[in-house]
Amino acid sequence: MQKSLHINAAKCTGCLQCEMACSFEHHGVFNPAKSRIKVFNFEHEGRKVPYTCTQCAEAWCLNACPVDAIRVDAGTGAKVVNEATCVGCKVCTIACPFGTVNYVADTGKVQKCDLCGGDPACATACPTGAITYVDADWTGLDKMRAWADKTDTSSRASA
Amino acid sequence: MAWTRNVLRVDLTNGTCKREPLNMEWAQQYLGQRGLATKYFVSEVDPKVDPLSPANKLIMTTGPLTGTPASTGGRYSVVTKGALTGAIACSNSGGYFGAELKFAGWDMIIFEGRSPKPVYLWLENGKAELRDAGHLWGKTVWQTEEIIKKAHQDPQVRVSSIGRAGENGVLYACIVNDLHRAAGRSGVGTVMGSKNLKAVAVRGTLGTSSVRDPKAFMAAAAAGKKVLADNAVTGQGLPTYGTQVLMNVINEMGALPTRNHRDVQFEEARKISAEAMHEKRPTDGKSHLVTNAACFGCTIACGRISKIDETHFSVVNKPEYWGASGGLEYEAAWALGAANGVGDLEALQFANLICNEDGFDPISFGATVGAAMELYELGIIKQEQIGMEAPFGSAKALCELAQMTARGEGFGKELGLGSARMCAKYGRPELSMSVKKQEFPAYDSRGIQGMGLTYATSNRGACHLRSYTVASEVFGIPVKTDPLVTDGKADLVKAFQDATAVFDSAGICVFTSFAWTLADVQPQIAAACEGDWSMEKLNEVGERIWNMERQFNLAAGFTAKDDDLPPRLKTEPAKTGPAKGLVNGIDKMKPEYYKTRGWDANGVPTQDTLKRLGL
Repeated sequence: MQKSLHINAAKCTGCLQCEMACSFEHHGVFNPAKSRIKVFNFEHEGRKVPYTCTQCAEAWCLNACPVDAIRVDAGTGAKVVNEATCVGCKVCTIACPFGTVNYVADTGKVQKCDLCGGDPACATACPTGAITYVDADWTGLDKMRAWADKTDTSSRASA
Repeated sequence: MAWTRNVLRVDLTNGTCKREPLNMEWAQQYLGQRGLATKYFVSEVDPKVDPLSPANKLIMTTGPLTGTPASTGGRYSVVTKGALTGAIACSNSGGYFGAELKFAGWDMIIFEGRSPKPVYLWLENGKAELRDAGHLWGKTVWQTEEIIKKAHQDPQVRVSSIGRAGENGVLYACIVNDLHRAAGRSGVGTVMGSKNLKAVAVRGTLGTSSVRDPKAFMAAAAAGKKVLADNAVTGQGLPTYGTQVLMNVINEMGALPTRNHRDVQFEEARKISAEAMHEKRPTDGKSHLVTNAACFGCTIACGRISKIDETHFSVVNKPEYWGASGGLEYEAAWALGAANGVGDLEALQFANLICNEDGFDPISFGATVGAAMELYELGIIKQEQIGMEAPFGSAKALCELAQMTARGEGFGKELGLGSARMCAKYGRPELSMSVKKQEFPAYDSRGIQGMGLTYATSNRGACHLRSYTVASEVFGIPVKTDPLVTDGKADLVKAFQDATAVFDSAGICVFTSFAWTLADVQPQIAAACEGDWSMEKLNEVGERIWNMERQFNLAAGFTAKDDDLPPRLKTEPAKTGPAKGLVNGIDKMKPEYYKTRGWDANGVPTQDTLKRLGL
C-alpha cells in the first residue's frame, strides 16, 4: 500500500515540532530554517497551515531536472533528490507549482520532502494529528467519516 | 551542551556589539535563562541602581532547552531591575522569538547604558548591529513588527519590541514578541524604553545542534510529551479552554478577587469565562474564540486566539481590531474584568488588545483601574480628574482608560504609575492591592491561603508564577492541600519556588508543571546538557537561584517588612463563599517560611544557608 502525508490544517497549533523533526532527521540539527515542511501562520485569521510536497504522480520537478537527480522511490512513491547528482541549477524550483522544492545555499543543492523513507518524522512529531501518514488512496477518509456522521438516519429507524 | 556558549554584549551608550564566551562555570551552577542571566545581572549591577538609569542593565536570555523539541522549549526571559518594583525582575515569554534567538547562535544578550537616540538591534545569526529606530519611535508593537519585517524583506524575522507604553514610561510596560506574547510583568518594557531601545529583531538559521546526547534527548522529550498528552489538565483542559478554565473554578472557591478585593466572588464570572468564549454571540452568531494556539515547541497549546464582536462599542468603525488576535487568558480576563467589576467579555478583549498592541501588563493595568474605581466610588478621585464617570463595572471607562494609558494621555498618566504610587498619591496607600508595588494576580489569598505567602515572598513582587500553590491547593498537583488553612504552606511555597526557578531556567514553560514534576524535566536537561544534572543538583540550583534573587533585593533595600500583604487581606474577612469569615494568615506563615528557608527572623539568609548553596 502506498501512503501519503495527509494534512489537516484545522488541527495545527503552530508548535513547529514538525519543522524541528524534519531538520533533525535530515540535517541532525533542530532548525526550522532547514525544514522541508513549513507551517504558515495567517495571524489575522487565526489559521496555521503546514505545507510540504504532495509527491505528484507526474512530478514537474522530476520532469524538469536536466540531470535526472530526482527519482521515484519505489517503496514510498516519494520523489527523492539525489544530492550527488543534483547540480543546483534550481530549474525544479521553478517547475514546481507549489514551491515545495527549495534550494539550500549551504550545500548548493535542492531539497524536498522524501517521506523519510516511509516513516515521516513530521507525522511522528505532530502532537495534534494535523499531520498523518495514511493510505494514499484514502486521504479523504476522515472527511468522509465526518460528513457521514452528519447524515440523518433517524427516519430509517422510525420507519 | 545545549548552550551556544555565545553572549552578546550591547553597549547602547557607545553603539557597540561584542561577542563573549558564556561563563560555563556559572552555567553549571545556574543552568540558564532566569538563573544564569540573574547571576550575570547581580554580578554586574549595583542593587541600589535607579531602574531607569543607564547604569541598570537588561538581559534577554534563553535556556538550554530553548530551541529544542522538548515540549514548550521556546521560552526566553528578560532579567533586569524592575521599573515598577525596584526588585529583581525576570519576565518570561513564549511565542517564537526565544527559539529564533537560539537559532541565531545566542544564549544571552546583555544591554547596557543608554542609546543617545532610538535604536533597534538587528541580529542575523552571528551578525549584530544597532540600527536607527527614529521611524519606529511612537509606533505600536504591531506596527513595529510589520515595519521591521518589511524593511528586512523577510516575514520570518522575529521581533520583540516595546509599544508606546514603554516609551511613555508606563511603569508596567511589557516587551511583546510575535504580536501577543509578552515578557509582561514588573516593567521590563519600561527599562527597555529608558534605554532608547525600541526592538530586537532576529533571524536565526543556524539551529540548535549542540544537544549532548541527541538520541537520549529525543527519547526523554518524547516521554515528557506523553506525560503532558495523558494528563487531564495539559492534555485536555488547557488546549480546549485555555487558562480561562480557571474563571468559574476559582469563583466557586471564593477566591476570585472582585472590585479591588472588596469581594471574593464575582456575580458575572460566568460571562467572562472560558465557557463564554466558546458560546455563540447573539449579535453575529459567532463564538468569541477562533482557535487555540501553541508557542514554539509546545504540545499543550493553551493560547487563545479570538475575534472581537465587530458591533461592540469599543471597535465600531475600527476594523484594525476585527482580525483574530491573542486573548483572553485567565489573568488578563480577571484583571480587566472581575478586578474592576466589568462583566463585558468584548470590552475585556478590547482592553487586552490595547495592552498587547502598545505593550503593557494587563494584570497591573486592570488592577490599577480597579483601585482607581474604588477611589472614584469613595469620592477621592473626581469625575473631572478622570475625564469620565468611572464606577466599578464600567466597561466604557475600562476601554477608554486603556487607550489613554497606552498613549500617556490625561488620567492614563496616573494609571501608568501602577496602583501603589497612584493610591499613595491620593493618600490611600492601603487601597493598592500589591506587594513590592506589583499588583496581585487572580487568586484571593483569603480563599487560597498559600497564595498569600507566595505573593508576600515573591522576589519580583506579587506574582502567581513564582510558586503556583493553586496547583496543590485547588487541583491536588502534586498533592492536595487544604486551601483554607495555613498549615504546611511554608514548606509548600518553598518547594514550588525552588522547582519553578529550575523550570524558568531551563527554557520551558511553567505550565508544564500541571503535569510534570522536576523528575520529568530532569532526564531532558541531563540528556541535553553537559555535566551532572541529577535531581539533587537541580533542587539545589533552584534554591540557589531563589536565595541569589533574595540577596539582591535585600541589598537593594527591601526588608522583611516588604514581605507583607495589604491590610485588606489581613483584616477584612471574605464576605462569601467557602472562605467566608477568613483573612489571610500571612503573619503565621511568614516566620515558618523564613525558618524553612534557612533565613533569620528578619528574612536574611543565614551564613550556613549561603555557604551550603555556594553563595
